[in-house]
Amino acid sequence: MQIVDVKEKWTNRINTVTLGATKAEGGTRAKTVTIGGETTLPFLTFEGEIPNPPAVAGLVVDVVPEDWPDVLKQAIGKEINSPVEWAQKAVRDWKVDLICLKLLGPDPLGRNLSADHAAKTVKDVLSAVDVPLIIWGCGDLQKDNEILPACSQAARGENCLIGPATDKNYRTLAAIGKADKHKLIGEAPVDINIAKQINILLQDAGFDIKDVVMCQVTAALGYGFDYVYTIFERVRIAGLKGDKHMALPQIANVGWETWKVKEAIADEDVLPGWGKLEQRGPRWEAATAAGYIQAGADILTLAHPESIAVTKQTISELMEK
Amino acid sequence: MILIGERINTGFKDIKQAVLDKNPAPLQDWAKKQAEAGAHYLDVNLGAVSGKPEDMIWMIEQVQAVVDTPISIDTNKLAILNEAIKVCKRPPLLNSTTCSPEKLNPFVELCVQHNASMIGLAMDETSSPKEAAKRVEFAGVITAAWMEAGLPMERLFLDPIVMPVKFMQDQGKEFLEAARQFQMLSDPPPNISCGLSNIASKATEKKLINRTFLVMAIAAGVNAVICDVLDVDLINAAKTAELLMNREIYADAYLQKS
Repeated sequence: MQIVDVKEKWTNRINTVTLGATKAEGGTRAKTVTIGGETTLPFLTFEGEIPNPPAVAGLVVDVVPEDWPDVLKQAIGKEINSPVEWAQKAVRDWKVDLICLKLLGPDPLGRNLSADHAAKTVKDVLSAVDVPLIIWGCGDLQKDNEILPACSQAARGENCLIGPATDKNYRTLAAIGKADKHKLIGEAPVDINIAKQINILLQDAGFDIKDVVMCQVTAALGYGFDYVYTIFERVRIAGLKGDKHMALPQIANVGWETWKVKEAIADEDVLPGWGKLEQRGPRWEAATAAGYIQAGADILTLAHPESIAVTKQTISELMEK
Repeated sequence: MILIGERINTGFKDIKQAVLDKNPAPLQDWAKKQAEAGAHYLDVNLGAVSGKPEDMIWMIEQVQAVVDTPISIDTNKLAILNEAIKVCKRPPLLNSTTCSPEKLNPFVELCVQHNASMIGLAMDETSSPKEAAKRVEFAGVITAAWMEAGLPMERLFLDPIVMPVKFMQDQGKEFLEAARQFQMLSDPPPNISCGLSNIASKATEKKLINRTFLVMAIAAGVNAVICDVLDVDLINAAKTAELLMNREIYADAYLQKS
């Protein structure tokens, strides 16, 4: 009896995006990171190619988030008080592929730090580490429109990944991305139609969507993870089928989203029977990351050194042929 | 939607004159305009102007000099096809064969040798069937030959044959029924294509008839069309129909060029 061949044949390849610029390329990075290029769904290497492993970005925040639990702050160490030292430790000790610098300080609802301050932080981190940099705004679109152009200019030529570009601020982001030669994160609020719309808008604004990485506003495990998972997957399937507006690599901002949910921040005194937060927190983060890897994430941001280690291990096992 | 640009055809006066004068400009102009409009293939048809393979080769070379869109070699003459296929820079689409073995077999063989795709017409050498059932039978013959050769379905295009509404008004429904049934010939199904302009042959309201029929054809499973790719209303209607069939992901700006 002939066994039916169930292999899927996809017609398209996901875009390949390289982050960081070496000296020869006009930047100062010692190495670059390349993501994307898939011709099949995650790790189905019998069907197609997964040429680049998902990259792990160490999450560094310019000011220490108030609601982060002590177990996370202690695991990061005293370096948490300096984005420069924190980034150095993530590269040196935790061997992250790149750094994701989250600019929380400028948030008008928080410390409302200036654009100059943000740009200086970017510059300092860039001179302290030699891996590529992701620059993530505070989320207040008006403030981001002030700080991100300053940060972009400060990082000119370094081929950073900057975001988020949304349907409200995409023109500013497209302009700075083009002017300073950076890649962009297109972000949609857990909505595949808006995700596609943003890519079309960025393209319309003259920004090449081959230089865009999509973000579906990551949800932590237990907080809509399944919705985001299916969007990741549907985006990838549409991209592999030939939809050029969906054939983009995707980023999951796992660290930032995980360390706000009660399962990752409340200890046994609040959640009796849930086990010690010291173990549960990093596991929650690593489990969320493992899920997004299977959904098609090309970059994962992670905060806790243990979940960074576990996720790197997961990726290397999945990449084994 | 796989778009095959119809315009480089000696049925159009400017192309006919250009081929007679060996003047590349009109061919290259249409090649660029159609490629810019998003054509996936450019149909090149020598028609009755000449029976010489070198004339077809000349046409293809003029097109390939300005765009890298793959060619749809529009001829049923094997003598021309055998030579023309050799000069194609990218795997072409062979347009087209019937289900008669003396034509079908060499076409399939060429597809094997040249990595090419092929349009198979649901007809034999004698006539075009009136009923959907006969079209399905002929399409089945083509699909079987394709599968036997071990070729992938994404390179096979089956054409249920469009007839002019003005002269054969009962044939529209038969076409649509045949297209529906073609999808069941294999899994994954073959592509289903149509030469659209025939539907409005000699009719008034050509554009409206083309557009309406294409939308109906898409709903019946058609996913490839030989048409005027510069007709913006037509292409927008096709994009909208594809969305409504859930073949594309919706975005507010879905009509923007990709």
